[in-house]
Amino acid sequence: MSAQDCGRLNKNMKCQKCQKQATFHITDLTGDDLLALHLCPECAKSYLETGDSSEDAPVISDVMSKQLKPLEQTADDLRELDAKECPICGISFYEFRQGGRLGCPHDYVFFGEDLEPLLINVHGDNQHVGKQPKRGITDTESQTELIRLRRQMKEVVEQEDYEKASQIRDQIRQIEGEGPAGE
Amino acid sequence: MILDEMANRCGEWLKGCGPESDIVMSSRIRLARNLADYPFIRRCTDIDRANIESTVRERLTNKAELKDLTFIDVADLQTLDRQFLVERQLISREHANSDGARAVAIDQQERLSLMVNEEDHLRIQVMKSGLDLVGAWGQINDLDDRIESQLTYAFHPKLGYLTACPTNVGTGMRVSVLVHLPALVITQQIEKVFRSLQKINLVVRGLYGEGTQAMGDFYQVSNQITLGKSENDLIDQVGDVIPVVIDYERKARDFLINEKQNDLFEQVSRAYGTLQNAQQISSEETMFLLSRVRMGINLGLIGDLEIPEVNQLFIRTQPAHLQKLRDSELDTDERNVERANYLHSQLKLDGGAEASNN
Repeated sequence: MSAQDCGRLNKNMKCQKCQKQATFHITDLTGDDLLALHLCPECAKSYLETGDSSEDAPVISDVMSKQLKPLEQTADDLRELDAKECPICGISFYEFRQGGRLGCPHDYVFFGEDLEPLLINVHGDNQHVGKQPKRGITDTESQTELIRLRRQMKEVVEQEDYEKASQIRDQIRQIEGEGPAGE
Repeated sequence: MILDEMANRCGEWLKGCGPESDIVMSSRIRLARNLADYPFIRRCTDIDRANIESTVRERLTNKAELKDLTFIDVADLQTLDRQFLVERQLISREHANSDGARAVAIDQQERLSLMVNEEDHLRIQVMKSGLDLVGAWGQINDLDDRIESQLTYAFHPKLGYLTACPTNVGTGMRVSVLVHLPALVITQQIEKVFRSLQKINLVVRGLYGEGTQAMGDFYQVSNQITLGKSENDLIDQVGDVIPVVIDYERKARDFLINEKQNDLFEQVSRAYGTLQNAQQISSEETMFLLSRVRMGINLGLIGDLEIPEVNQLFIRTQPAHLQKLRDSELDTDERNVERANYLHSQLKLDGGAEASNN
């Protein structure tokens, strides 16, 4: 495997894994096959160290979540953002940035503004224009409530508060009973 | 057991039929979907995962029109069987290697696969032989509708289908075409093709997803963006560029035939000869040589072997398939011997035309 840093030559080439400028041009020779990669320093490092990773562009997401860092924010802003926690699933923005995966559908609402620059960066857009569920957009609030209640349920069971647990179970059953998925 | 039957069958994407099938192996579309009333996978408890799995299984198998799907409990499978499903492209490596309740539903023809509890709650996939994205979209759109009538998806009016990773949000759709480009590799033009594809926001990967080597000169071309374009736009984005790639590959093949005929015949014929006569052979070398042979058949240099047979060999010489067909666990050295034996039995020298029709 050979990696070359020749940033001066290809100013306009973008990294294959994120949209930063590609300064590493790697030719991976295994057997007689040739694999050419054009990467920014960060992705190149991760590629060379780990031999890259898995299916659906997790590298993109990793890099992308790290990219959030320099979004014209002061260290204080960032610390505040990192500490923000979704009231439904409990994931913090810091955890999202580290893993590149969100915790629940409500995160898209709760972290809405924080995710916006990232969506624009990745997709060049922030508005879905494709398919919609046939039966329209159902009452997501009660669905989200179910996520919260199930989490709460787990917590009270761990605290051995069985009275509270049975109350929550009734609430869950009620929502499930009237929910659209219960037809 | 169902997996043992499958080992002797041929999945849809290996059939070697459909438009442009000399260069396009298969067309694939996958949709990422999540249930609205559960957290995404990384925040799921074991109970959540088990509930998702059983809910999906119950809702879908109760439905008459989804009865042709067979559910396989992936958590319950041996490592070898999971690897076998990866090799057939029915589950991802991540799905095979992760933990907790998870499943895959597939149909008899292996055209559909529905992974439960992968990175998203549902990963729906449709595969077609050759270049047929429109056909694939028709099937997956219909399947998605039928699933949606039974389950409530996480959907946001502005952002579309909500996914665990924001790189998939919106349509949740990945359109992939698997192309065989040996002549572009030999003529060292593949890099140039990659670059032009990246410029238009397309991703190129090896046969088994990102990070895998481009084994056997197979490359997957797919869309990167999922938000802000309709499903049909995304299909066009990939579908419009594939004929251009095909054209490059054909031109490169013409060049090899016209300008490098002796070298080409030598390579194809040696590849065929090695596959027929090797005493032990690695998976990588097999893929490399099969790629040459596959091109040789398409160029009329090999007359006694058909494309579907070669396509099968690509898969059946993979580690898990070899062990399933042999019905025993084999270490690397044993597999290399078994692989050579298998190739020998499939590519018997019966005095037929070798790569020397000139």
